[in-house]
Amino acid sequence: MLEPEAARSDATTLGALAPASAAVRAAGVVRLELRGVSKSFGGVRVLRDVNFELRTGEVVGLLGDNGAGKSTLIKIMTGVHSPDAGEMLFDGRKVEHLTVQGARALGIETVFQERALADQLPLWRNIFMGRPIVNRLGFLRVGEMRRVTDQLMSQSMGFTSAVLTPNTHVMGLSGGERQGLAIVRALHFEAEVIILDEPTMGLSLKETDKLLQFVSSIRAANKSAIFIDHNIFHVYSVADRIMLLDRGRIAGNFPTSRYTLDELTGVMRELAESGRFTDPERLQTTGLAKP
Amino acid sequence: MTAADTVELTRRRPAASVFLGSWASQVGITVAFLVLWALFIVLAPMTFLGSAIYLSFAQTTPYFAIVAMPLTMVIVAGDIDLSFPSTMALGMVGFVWVWQATGSTELAVAGAIVVGLLCGLFNGLVITLIGLPALVVTIGTQFLYRGLTLALVNGKTTALVQTNTSTIYNFMAGKIFGIPSEFYWLIIITVASWALLNRHRLGQNAYVIGDNRQAAQLMGIPNRSTRIVLFMLVGGAAAFAGALNSLRVVNFYPGNLGDGFFLPALAAVFVGGTSVFGGRGSIYGTLIGAFMIGAIQAGIVAAGLSTYWTSVIYGAIILGSISIHAVLQRRFER
Repeated sequence: MLEPEAARSDATTLGALAPASAAVRAAGVVRLELRGVSKSFGGVRVLRDVNFELRTGEVVGLLGDNGAGKSTLIKIMTGVHSPDAGEMLFDGRKVEHLTVQGARALGIETVFQERALADQLPLWRNIFMGRPIVNRLGFLRVGEMRRVTDQLMSQSMGFTSAVLTPNTHVMGLSGGERQGLAIVRALHFEAEVIILDEPTMGLSLKETDKLLQFVSSIRAANKSAIFIDHNIFHVYSVADRIMLLDRGRIAGNFPTSRYTLDELTGVMRELAESGRFTDPERLQTTGLAKP
Repeated sequence: MTAADTVELTRRRPAASVFLGSWASQVGITVAFLVLWALFIVLAPMTFLGSAIYLSFAQTTPYFAIVAMPLTMVIVAGDIDLSFPSTMALGMVGFVWVWQATGSTELAVAGAIVVGLLCGLFNGLVITLIGLPALVVTIGTQFLYRGLTLALVNGKTTALVQTNTSTIYNFMAGKIFGIPSEFYWLIIITVASWALLNRHRLGQNAYVIGDNRQAAQLMGIPNRSTRIVLFMLVGGAAAFAGALNSLRVVNFYPGNLGDGFFLPALAAVFVGGTSVFGGRGSIYGTLIGAFMIGAIQAGIVAAGLSTYWTSVIYGAIILGSISIHAVLQRRFER
């Protein structure tokens, strides 16, 4: 029933506990892969033997309760933390000693919501935060950065108000405008993998719709995205697959084409309450070994 | 235009307010400077309409203003350096050693700057590697460097009269086109500091680190090395200012060189609108702040007040200016 390629990917992605074994058959090639990744902080195991793969043109929703290890997982993929065990592959090549700069060079960009904006600085300095356009002596090419920011504002962010210029300080922006800025910053640097960390937090309904449209456009451009959110309703509408993280382990992968929103909500509730859940598709209970 | 768009537009503040918001500090400091200047001219027209007072400013303001420039950058990055007066003195120990060993004043000035850079390096390393607050570390090194200075020279004053035959002497403590040399150094260091803070990667990173350290980490900005370099700039500038001052008075006083510049330098930075919380500050503000402080210093003397009052006034100025800037910022920008 399965092609060898898909079978292999199932084995690595889902592991023995995976409920939706035949699910992952996205059209693209594997862009980013984690194998057996573990991470502890001060004796607490935050991630245990995580296997994950992300294909081109795929949007994965990463869901999990507080403390499930979501943010640690993305910080490993973006070079902020290094894993204690396991490895990461990008385009099939092993990545070692990943730094934030290294991850960016590979094309892994993170939208850390407002946490990665500097309020008291103008828009252009925020867009080019951490990688300004400079000459050989390290002096800034301010004119060029302002011009690019201006273009991004009118073309990509949809900021048409005359009051907003590249010199406007981030402090004066609304929640949606800040989100737009963080996303456009990620896009501008030709990201291959875009990680959105709780992107809908603090957004109005209209702004959320705009954001979800944007996430769909990532798939249309054959790039990949990981969408982390507390709200399954937001994730479900745009993700190809939902990955549930529970106490540092991957509890399961659920393609949105095969599971209804109600089924997934039930799975999540059951998992949160008992640490195990019934796969609605197979009607069998899958448990996670208690630590 | 839909109803939603109208709401969006009316919520926006008018352009003038936005302009004032981003430039509130600069506009405020310039207005305050002009008001203060006019006040002094009205109160003491004989003094403030003549050229003598301005020539005096041109010599005395640079001693602390030269340190205040890189100090602005350290404070923008969310740190502070209180050890610079002692760095001025320890730098002069380097000056005296090199001068006595080689007889060259030029090399001696370089020696002082090297010692100053090392003092800054030590501050930066302790603060960033051990992860301690800069405030506490530099209070500690303030005593460490002063104690080391006194121990190394046995507390003795060194006469520097023989340096005045050197070529560099006139460029350090003489006059060029009738204006004290110190003033030219202040201009050079101001322009260099402005370029570094506003037009260089170092300053860009300093602003981000001071504004949002977590963002700096997430965006891969080198936190430690940036802050260490800034502390080194303060150290180097402090040692250079110490050399300028010692050559002007042709003596190195190890016990108190620099003490008189502590409050004026900090006051210049804070009057100039640099935020105590980091992420905001300008070299322009510090320059204007420095001349305001210089004018107040002269004003106190002209008013016939005892110099004991200067500390009271500097303390009040620092507290007043950081409070005013904090209030202004909240009012225009939130």
